[in-house]
Amino acid sequence: MTRVLTHLERLEAESIHIMRETVSESENPVMLYSVGKDSAVMLHLARKAFAPSAPPFPLLHVDTTWKFRAMYELREKMAAEAGMDLLVYQNPECIELGINPFDHGSAMHTDMWKTQGLKKALDEHGFDAAFGGARRDEEKSRAKERIVSLRSAQHRWDPKQQRPELWRTYNLRKGVGETVRVFPISNWTELDVWQYIHREAIPIVPLYFAAVRPVVDRGGTLIMVDDDRMRLEPGEVPTMRKVRFRTLGCYPLSGAVESEADTLPGIIQEMLLTTTSERQGRMIDFDSSASMEKKKQDGYF
Amino acid sequence: MSNVREDLMVTDIEAYLDVHEHKSLLRFITCGSVDDGKSTLIGRLLYETHLVFEDHMTALEADSKKFGTQGAELDFALLVDGLSAEREQGITIDVAYRFFSTERRKFIVADTPGHEQYTRNMVTGASTAELAVILIDARKGVITQTRRHSYLVSLLGIRRVVVAINKLDLVDYSQDVFERIAADYRAFASEIGLAPDQAEVVCIPVSALRGDNITEPGDHMPWYSGPTLIEHLETVEIGDTAEAGPFRFPVQWVNRPNSDFRGFSGTVVGGSVQPGDDVLVLPSGVTSRVARISTFDGDLGQAVAGQAVTIVLTDEVDVSRGSVLCAVDRPAEIADQFEAHVVWMHDNPMQPGRQYLLKIGATTAGLTISSPKYKVDVNTLEHLAAKTLAINEIGVCTISTDRPIAFDPYVANRDMGGFIVIDRLTNATVGAGLLHFALRRSTNVHWQTVDVTPEARGELMGHRPCVVWLTGLSGAGKSTIANQVEQRLHTLGAHTFLLDGDNVRHGLNRDLGFTEADRIENIRRIGEVSRLMIDAGLIVLVSFISPFRAERELARELIGAERFCEVHVDAPIEVAEARDPKGLYAKARNGQLPNFTGVDSPYEVPLQPQLRIDTTRTSPETASQAIVDHLRTMGIIAGPH
Repeated sequence: MTRVLTHLERLEAESIHIMRETVSESENPVMLYSVGKDSAVMLHLARKAFAPSAPPFPLLHVDTTWKFRAMYELREKMAAEAGMDLLVYQNPECIELGINPFDHGSAMHTDMWKTQGLKKALDEHGFDAAFGGARRDEEKSRAKERIVSLRSAQHRWDPKQQRPELWRTYNLRKGVGETVRVFPISNWTELDVWQYIHREAIPIVPLYFAAVRPVVDRGGTLIMVDDDRMRLEPGEVPTMRKVRFRTLGCYPLSGAVESEADTLPGIIQEMLLTTTSERQGRMIDFDSSASMEKKKQDGYF
Repeated sequence: MSNVREDLMVTDIEAYLDVHEHKSLLRFITCGSVDDGKSTLIGRLLYETHLVFEDHMTALEADSKKFGTQGAELDFALLVDGLSAEREQGITIDVAYRFFSTERRKFIVADTPGHEQYTRNMVTGASTAELAVILIDARKGVITQTRRHSYLVSLLGIRRVVVAINKLDLVDYSQDVFERIAADYRAFASEIGLAPDQAEVVCIPVSALRGDNITEPGDHMPWYSGPTLIEHLETVEIGDTAEAGPFRFPVQWVNRPNSDFRGFSGTVVGGSVQPGDDVLVLPSGVTSRVARISTFDGDLGQAVAGQAVTIVLTDEVDVSRGSVLCAVDRPAEIADQFEAHVVWMHDNPMQPGRQYLLKIGATTAGLTISSPKYKVDVNTLEHLAAKTLAINEIGVCTISTDRPIAFDPYVANRDMGGFIVIDRLTNATVGAGLLHFALRRSTNVHWQTVDVTPEARGELMGHRPCVVWLTGLSGAGKSTIANQVEQRLHTLGAHTFLLDGDNVRHGLNRDLGFTEADRIENIRRIGEVSRLMIDAGLIVLVSFISPFRAERELARELIGAERFCEVHVDAPIEVAEARDPKGLYAKARNGQLPNFTGVDSPYEVPLQPQLRIDTTRTSPETASQAIVDHLRTMGIIAGPH
C-alpha cells in the first residue's frame, strides 16, 4: 500500500489537473487575476502545473482603478516573478463616464467595471477559456456550480446548458463564440486556501495582516481611506485603528475588521475563531437585487 | 473530539495547523430523499463540525421559526436546502458539494437531489466518491429507493457503504428494528456486488434530528457499541483498487520549455512510479524508462496515484496528449470495440449508430454505440429489451471507437475505464459509460501492413482517389449531375464508381427503412463502402439526399477530409417538388411516405460545402464541369487540360 496523500496534496493535484486539461483543450486561455488571496493561490498552482515551463497563458486583471494601492504594487511583482504577461483592462466606458462607488453605488460600479469590463476584455482578446478562483464554499448557491462553466457568445450563463461532470473527465468543447469559465479551486474551502498559503509561503497583499490604518466607521463597517479620492461625510475624520481585511476588492467597498493578527498563523486562528462567514466583508453582496445567481447569469463569475 | 480541536486552535495555532496540514481527504455521497432526513443529516454534520458561521446560524434560527418543521428547535435541513428557489427558476441542480472537516479528515460531500433526475445526478455524484452513505428511514426499512441507490453506488464502483438507519427515535430506539433492517440490507447487498467479500458495508443506527450516533453516541442506544457516523468516516481506510494496482499515467500535456527539457505532464491514476521504472507507451506500444519525476518543488523519488507530476523519459520516444504510460509488466489493454454500461443523461435519446465523441482520460475519439443488449430497470434491476436509451436510462451496449484506445476495466480503475459521451454538434455531455471488457482486442496495435497501398494503386490509375458527395433534396438534380460528372471523368481516363442512394437501397441497404436510426446506418454503410473503394483507388461519386449534418460529418471523418468533396446540389423545396421526377413528393404529401425529407423530415443545409450548385440557375453541364474543375484544384486529377 502506497502512502495516503493529505487533503491539501489532493486538492493541489486536482487543481493542477484541471488547469492542464483546460490549456490542452482551448485555443486562447487566460487566468483572471484579482491580486487577492484566492488569485495568489491560483497563480501559484499555475506555476506548479506547467513547471519548468512558465504558465502558457497571460494574467488578466480587470481593473476598476479603485483597488488598494498595495494591490497594484503586488500585482506587477507577482506577474514578473512568474514570467507571465500581465494584461490590465480598464473598461473605457467607465473611464469616460467616471464611474465610481460614491456617485453610482456599489451595484452599478461593480457591474460596469467588473462584469461589463470582463466581457469586453474577453471579447477584445478573443479568450475562449478563463480561469477564475471561485470556490463552492463561498455561498450556498455556489455549492452546485460546475468546475467548467459554459458561457454563450454573449457571456451568459445558461443554467440549462451546464454539463454533468464525472470523474476527472471535463468536457471543454464549445461552439463558435462560446467560452468557458474554469474554476480549479472549486473544492477548496477558505481554510484550505489559508493553510496552503501558509504551507507554500505564498506572498499575499499586506492588507490581510493587521496594521494601524486610517479608517472611517460607516454603520459598523470600517472603510479604509486609501487615497484622497475617498469622500468623507461632513465632520467625518479618519481614525487610526489596527485593522485587517478578510477579503479585498475596491477599497471604498471593502470592510476591514479590527484585529491583532499580524502573522499568517494569527490570521488563520482568527478566521477559525470568528463566527462570521467570509463574504460579510464584501459589500457588493449586500445589494438586495444583486444575488450571486443573477450576477452569474449576467456574466460576472 | 471537538474540544481537543478548539483547545489547540486557541492555545497553539502552529500545532493546530500542523495537525490540519496532515489530514487526509474523504469524498462521499449521500443517498436518500429529504423524507429520509438527508438534509437534516448533512446540516447536522456541518453544525457539529463547527462549519456553520454565526451569520448562518442567525439566519438558521430565524428560518427555523419561520419555515422549520421542528417546532421551537433548529431545523438543520434549512442549512442545506437552498435549492427550492432554484427549482422554481427551472435551474437544473445535479449535485451540490458541501465541505466539512474534523481534526483527522476533510470531507467533501456530494449531495444529490433525490427527485426525477436521480439517475443522472447520482451517477455524477458517485463518480468521484470513495464511500456512500445510504439513508434508510427506520420506519420504512429497505424500500425500492434504497435498492436503486445501492445499485447505482455499486455500478459506479463504490465499495465502501455506510447504511445510516435513521429516525431511530421514531421507533423507540429499537434494537430489533435496527437489526432486522440491517439484515435485510445485507441480504440484498450481496445480490448487487456489495457482498462481504466484495465490499465493506457498515450499518449504523442514528437519529440525525436528535444527534444520536452522529458525532456522539448519545444515551438512547446503549445496545449499540459500534462507531458513530463521524468516527467511521474519520477512520475508514481510504484508497481503492487503482491505487494498489499497476502504474497508469495518461499524458495531458507535453511540457517543452526549451530544447533541453521534454517532459509529460499528467496525473498518476493508478499505482506508483519511480525513476528507473520501465514504462510502456500506449497505444503506440513503444517502451522507455523513467528518467526523472519533475515538479515545481524539485524532483521526486516516487509519485503515487493522485499526484500531478511531469515525467521525463530516457529516450526520445513519440509521446503526445492522450498517450498512456503504463507499467511494462502489467500494461493496460488496447481495443476499439467494447462492452460497456452506458448511462444516458440528455433529453435527446441515444441514437444507435450515430457518431458521438468519447472522452476517456486525455483521449477523445469517435464513438458509435450499438442498440443496447438490454437496459436495466433501476428499481427492480430487471433486464429489459431496448432499442435506444432515454434520459436516466442505463443499458449494456457494444461500443466502437474510431481508433484503438488504452483502457482498464472500470472495476480495476475508474479513470482508465470511465468515459463521457459528447454530442458532436452541440458539444453537450450526453452520457457516461463504464468499460467492462474488449470485444475486439487490438493485440497488434498497428494495422496489418499491406505492401500495395491506396496511394500505389492510385498511381497506377493516374489519379488520386476521392469521394464526391452530392447532397440535396430529392429532385434537386443530384443524379443527373453525378451521371454527367462520371461521364466527363471517364472520358479523362479516370476510374470511377457511382453510388446512387436509390440503387444502394435495393441491395446492400435493403433491410433499412427511413427512421432516423436507419438513415444513420444507411449513411454509415455508404461511408464504409466508399472508403473501401477509395482504398481500391477509385473516384467515388455518391449521390444521396443525406439530410443530416452529423451524418455527412461522419462520412467526412470516415473518409478523411482531404479526400472528401461535399457538393450541395441546391434547389428550393418548391422547385424540387414541382420537378418531382419520381412522384415522391406527391406521395409524401398524401401521407404515403412518412419521414420524407423536406416534407415532414428536415434537411440540414451544409454550412461549408466545397461546392454549392444552384440548379435553378446552373445547367447540369456547367455544374458537372465545375465539379471536375474542383477535383483538379484538389489535385485529384491532373490539371488543367
